Amino acid sequence: MSKNRSATLSERWPPIHFAVNGASRTVNVPPMKRLLDVLREDLHLTGTKEGCGEGECGSCSVRMNGELVNSCLVPVLQAEGAEIQTVEGLALDGKLHPLQEAFLEHGGAQCGICTPGMLMAAAQLLDHSPHPSGPEIREALAGNLCRCTGFVRIFESVVAAADANPATNTRKEPVRHAR
Amino acid sequence: MIGGLLTASPHVNLLFPVPWSLIPAVCYASIRSLIPADATMSTNATTRIVGAPVPRKEGVDKLTGRACYVDDMDCEGMWHGITVRSAIPRGLIRSITFDRRIDWSEFTVVTPADIPGENCIQLIVADQPCLADGKVNHCEEPIVLLAHPDKHKLREAAAAVQIEYDPLPQVFTIEESERQDVIVRGADNLLKSFLLEKGDVDSAWTGAAHIIEGEYRTGAQEHLYIENQGMIAEYSAENGVTVWGSLQCPYYVFKSLRAVFDLPEDKVRVIQTETGGAFGGKEDYPSNLACHAALLAMKSGHPVKMVYDRIEDLAATTKRHPARVRHRTALDREGKLLAMEIHLDTDGGAYATLSSTVLSRATLHSTGPYLCPNIRVHARSWATNHVPYGAFRGFGAPQAIFAMERHMDEIAAALAIDPVELRRKNFLHQGDTNATEQVMREPMILDKLLDRALNESGYYAKRAQFARENPGSAIKRGMGIAAFYHGSGFTGSGEAYLNSLAGIDTTPDGKVRVLVSNTEFGQGTNTVLTQIAAEVLGVDYVDVTMAPPDTGIVPNSGPTVASRTSMVVGRLIERASLQLLDLLREHAGLGATFTREEFFAACERYRAAKGTVESLCRYEAPPGIEWNDQTYHGEAYGAYAWAIYVAQVAVDTITYSAEVEDFWAVQEAGRLINPVLAAGQIEGGIAQAVGFALYEKVVLEDGRMANNQMTNYIMPTAEDVPPIHVVCEEIPFRYGGFGAKGIGELPHDGPAPAILNAIRDATGVAFNAIPLLPEDLYAGLAAAQPVEEPAAR
Repeated sequence: MSKNRSATLSERWPPIHFAVNGASRTVNVPPMKRLLDVLREDLHLTGTKEGCGEGECGSCSVRMNGELVNSCLVPVLQAEGAEIQTVEGLALDGKLHPLQEAFLEHGGAQCGICTPGMLMAAAQLLDHSPHPSGPEIREALAGNLCRCTGFVRIFESVVAAADANPATNTRKEPVRHAR
Repeated sequence: MIGGLLTASPHVNLLFPVPWSLIPAVCYASIRSLIPADATMSTNATTRIVGAPVPRKEGVDKLTGRACYVDDMDCEGMWHGITVRSAIPRGLIRSITFDRRIDWSEFTVVTPADIPGENCIQLIVADQPCLADGKVNHCEEPIVLLAHPDKHKLREAAAAVQIEYDPLPQVFTIEESERQDVIVRGADNLLKSFLLEKGDVDSAWTGAAHIIEGEYRTGAQEHLYIENQGMIAEYSAENGVTVWGSLQCPYYVFKSLRAVFDLPEDKVRVIQTETGGAFGGKEDYPSNLACHAALLAMKSGHPVKMVYDRIEDLAATTKRHPARVRHRTALDREGKLLAMEIHLDTDGGAYATLSSTVLSRATLHSTGPYLCPNIRVHARSWATNHVPYGAFRGFGAPQAIFAMERHMDEIAAALAIDPVELRRKNFLHQGDTNATEQVMREPMILDKLLDRALNESGYYAKRAQFARENPGSAIKRGMGIAAFYHGSGFTGSGEAYLNSLAGIDTTPDGKVRVLVSNTEFGQGTNTVLTQIAAEVLGVDYVDVTMAPPDTGIVPNSGPTVASRTSMVVGRLIERASLQLLDLLREHAGLGATFTREEFFAACERYRAAKGTVESLCRYEAPPGIEWNDQTYHGEAYGAYAWAIYVAQVAVDTITYSAEVEDFWAVQEAGRLINPVLAAGQIEGGIAQAVGFALYEKVVLEDGRMANNQMTNYIMPTAEDVPPIHVVCEEIPFRYGGFGAKGIGELPHDGPAPAILNAIRDATGVAFNAIPLLPEDLYAGLAAAQPVEEPAAR
């Protein structure tokens, strides 16, 4: 699609404002466009993946206003004013998040396609339960399908990250986006 | 261009490096022989990097979202493609009309008439059209391709292509196909058959104390890689076809593109993008998709992206072959095997794809790790009007091993022998011959593995405990066991036929690059091969990188399949690295011992003298490998990995659900190059096999998958996978990369029979088909035991 044509089309849509990984963003897109597609196509944040398009696999998981959501099921209009965190927002200043460190060390990622969503689900868990039990981890990650690992090493990674007592960005309540 | 995408984009790859095929063979022919195939520097050596749990090579990219999968790629002027597919399982195409409500001038439309070369995907047998021409043989067969700049316009347009058919009679089951009332392929519906014979089966029955028969079935299984199939193609008259995509085997895709476009080697280039799971599902199908995208690119004059959604991926791409296996077994009074007669039949689907080689591996794994003097295996793959079945982790072995190991428990029950002791009594040992009369020359420790599995799982104590507790409980628990092997690498003469070429080079900026066409899709190729090179060359793990998986850059080191990468290709990298050290010592003054810095300094002296620093090795079969493809006798595989798996299962007799509560996996798969990655392969394979056994059912209705969504094709989640205890004994294999054997497929072989055997132990009822869903359990248990009040839980 040519740039000119996109510009013409986009003028028809009212702007939608939200923050992604702490940065204010404004998009002019159809209000029912999936948040997943807005992140990937309009904001070029391709770390968030599509696996099924129907909210089953969790590969598109992002955190929105402190909740874990399947971004394939969120029309972008629902993100108006929201604070969104994607996998690109986990590592700060070039330093891996403790969960990323743990996944790297313990083999929590294999093919990597479920990994961004899995990391967001794990970050959500550790925010609410800094030292989760085994059943808590299983339940918290049950909405994120991984076909490679059998989950065993993902559980180990989450436990290791919890033991490392993350004191970084996932611990804080997201800052509301000021408009 | 989407942010972060630099090296992989169509735009920056317009400059073609010299294609591999144009480099004169003499470059490496002269240095090839320096390191013989049986040079054993390393299988027992103390190592720095091999055997260490170094982090995954591309791990940080995957964990930060930087890793670039095909759908993450974009470029200026790129169009999107869609496939118009057959709505019926078999018939003649009477007409194709394009509804006038669509402005077709905006679209590129491709039909078979646009194919410049052969309308045929190139695999073992070239029988599958790239686009159906006049006739369809299965639902979802591609007929017309469409491309448009706006992907949102494609779906409506595809629906506006109206195809009328004259339906033909169809065949959907092994039984219908073998009955041959309706012939859907060739003269007899037969895709392939094998006859394996050892000894004299026919005279073994009369003297037998026991003859036990059984029939076992396994269903289709979907790979369910989380990244759907996808491809981007570009075409120009000057450079020919270039594709980027999610795939396992760049040179398979290369071969099909050459034929479909009738292009020479230097006008076709295949580049693997980061691949989000494959499990065999991206072994053959990417060839079809690459040809489709490239045809649209050629006709439209634009790069074209085709990425399937989940619904299309599930409906149209390959699955595991459904199988029916019939066993007839003769035993003596003590329970020693006298004869096995096995009829193994698979549903191959509408085209040949890989059905013959899947059937071959099934045949060669059908008799289990047992010594039996008289064997006959009659294996056949039948054509049906299903979507063609293809490669899936294990490649026929899981189907065959399910039958063998389920059957062993039925034999044990019939003879009132402990199923563990029945197996132990019949194990193969070093020096014995297997079904193909291959002498087991390598050390074998099945007894030790069995003892370890029994101890680790507390097998006998638990069986006794469950026998006490089950009668008073609605939850029935049981223990099940499976003993099995998996042959590593291509079957028989396959590796010699592949003639793989692989190696390393070094760059002026001080990096070693591994040059292979073997791809990373989660299983650890990048990590394992760079570990091996770093180990031999005396450099650090971070000094070694992978050359891009690009047929314009890397040689053909064979497909990334068959648990061959660590063992076969790893060995080539080990040899190439040793060879480079010899070259540097001979021509660049490298000392007998050296530092990392001295190594790279020697590389630069060599480069100044010779131009490039490169070392390639070609596969050489270990000595004594003899295989007869006609009689199916000889060395079927260079090496075997051996395993004993134990499952603890709970069956709820109120809800009829079965749950794997605990799992033990004890195996000997040669030396582990990376213990974390190896354990990850084993755990992941077991989880996938738990799904194969208890959850994953491909519902086929009139040749179409009815449950082609993740909502109703159910794989195990984080809450369904049991604790998995992995134990590895390591016996280095002298012809494998640093002693490695194959490990990727082994763990998919054993869980299903172990689980079903545990369910038999728990309930006393033999279930002989998988997937075993609650409704199947209900049917079996209700039939076995007329309604009774369940006891309190």
